[in-house]
Amino acid sequence: MRRASLVAAVLVLGVLVLLPLASIVYEALRSGIGPALATFADPYARDAIGLTVLVALATIAVNGAFGVLAGWTLTKYRFPGKAALVTLIDLPLTVSPVVAGLAVLLCFGNRSPLGGWLEEHGIHVAFAPLGIVLATIFVTFPYVARETIALLNETGRELEEAALGLGANVWQTLLRVTLPNARGALLNGLLLCNARALGEFGAVSVISGRIRGLTVTVPLHIEDLYNEDNIVGAFTLAALLAAVAIALTLTRSALEHRKPTTPDAL
Amino acid sequence: MLVIAILVIVPLSAIVLTMAGITPERFLSIAFSPRAIAAYELSLGTALGASAFDVVVGVWLAAVIVGERSLTGRFLNACVDVPFAVPTAVTGITLVTLYGPHGWIGALLARAGITVVYTPLGIGLALAFVGLPFVVRTVQPVIATLPQEFGEAARSLGATRATILRRVTLPLLAPAMLTGFALAFARTLGEYGSVIFIAGNVPFKTEIVPLIIVTRLEEYDYVGAAAVATVSLVASFLLLLAINALQRRLIRLRVAE
Repeated sequence: MRRASLVAAVLVLGVLVLLPLASIVYEALRSGIGPALATFADPYARDAIGLTVLVALATIAVNGAFGVLAGWTLTKYRFPGKAALVTLIDLPLTVSPVVAGLAVLLCFGNRSPLGGWLEEHGIHVAFAPLGIVLATIFVTFPYVARETIALLNETGRELEEAALGLGANVWQTLLRVTLPNARGALLNGLLLCNARALGEFGAVSVISGRIRGLTVTVPLHIEDLYNEDNIVGAFTLAALLAAVAIALTLTRSALEHRKPTTPDAL
Repeated sequence: MLVIAILVIVPLSAIVLTMAGITPERFLSIAFSPRAIAAYELSLGTALGASAFDVVVGVWLAAVIVGERSLTGRFLNACVDVPFAVPTAVTGITLVTLYGPHGWIGALLARAGITVVYTPLGIGLALAFVGLPFVVRTVQPVIATLPQEFGEAARSLGATRATILRRVTLPLLAPAMLTGFALAFARTLGEYGSVIFIAGNVPFKTEIVPLIIVTRLEEYDYVGAAAVATVSLVASFLLLLAINALQRRLIRLRVAE
């Protein structure tokens, strides 16, 4: 009985998950390794990879900093409206990525007062890399904040209160007590956030404007190549992107599995 | 805190403000045009169907994985993360190729007379793929800590396996199942990248809500896009509140044990 259900589970996940992964590799290599590698010789593909790396790095930096700050304020202080704010942080998880992209576009596009003002000062958001970064931050923001909030809630306020009582200022407490404690949760959230940032499609496709070589990320370039019937190119980039995202996610699961009992065990 | 407000509230309010210039009647006629209503029905129906499928398959998979501490079990556990990790556009082009008329699975199904791509079934397939990890990861920890005594007591009282499953195990799992369902539903309702390649995108037939928004934008109809997005946003917000309430209850129940 147990053996039968295990075999059935392997079959189901095999068809549902492993077969699609195998087909990505198969489609990428169907004309041999040469044409697949030729994808990377295309300057547009290189630009797309460069932009995606840039967007992912910027997203990690911003979400890492804001995630810690949000976690800090939401767990160490009490203030009215806190519960509503904690709920609000999760909103991007249920909002459609397309709606998120539209929100950034309408807020910072040149039709809006804010976007118009920025445009006058030479800062382009809509149809520019900055807009792509903002949309990606919006979509991936909860991943880091959730992890740090959960951890900081658990560790309580005693350590911080002790540090403050011994004469440390707020920044010293944050940098030398809270951050080292939250390191594991932060890394966890950043890995997840990074995996999503690399592959974000819906939000980015709305704000990007699709200027080749300038605002086309890897997922958007995959769509373009696929629509141009460049199947080998599309699946080669797809294999690269999927491999990186899966590696990041599995690293995170592996870290979570050997959950340390004390922060020092990290 | 200002930062969160700027990051989340300001952009979202820009959507609502875009419609400041139009009357409520005009808003309703745009947001609930026959084409938009067809898209709401399609998105709701396929997301509900896919999430329900995910609950059935996900609970079973979670039970198998929890009970299996071997290498195979760990491998299956890692497989569950894959749909969550793979970028949505990659999922989209992969599924449409795999289930297309010349694909490995599509060719087999075609012989049986089943067409997946460019039908609501294809949309449901993509959504089921995307939503599965949410159910498994929500139910898995609850199954792992399920108290054994109730089942043993029921068995000693002469209950059959089916009765134990129906009257003991499933009621204990119900809150986690409901939470997993809500998480999968919220994610799949707004899903875009994995769907548009396999959907076919025919108005009134296979056009999902996010696609209508994109189509309006491509026509430079910002008000039209914002009107549909507002409806979608309200749904997301209600779902978020529901999920929050469900998760709080789930945590309370686990603490109570």
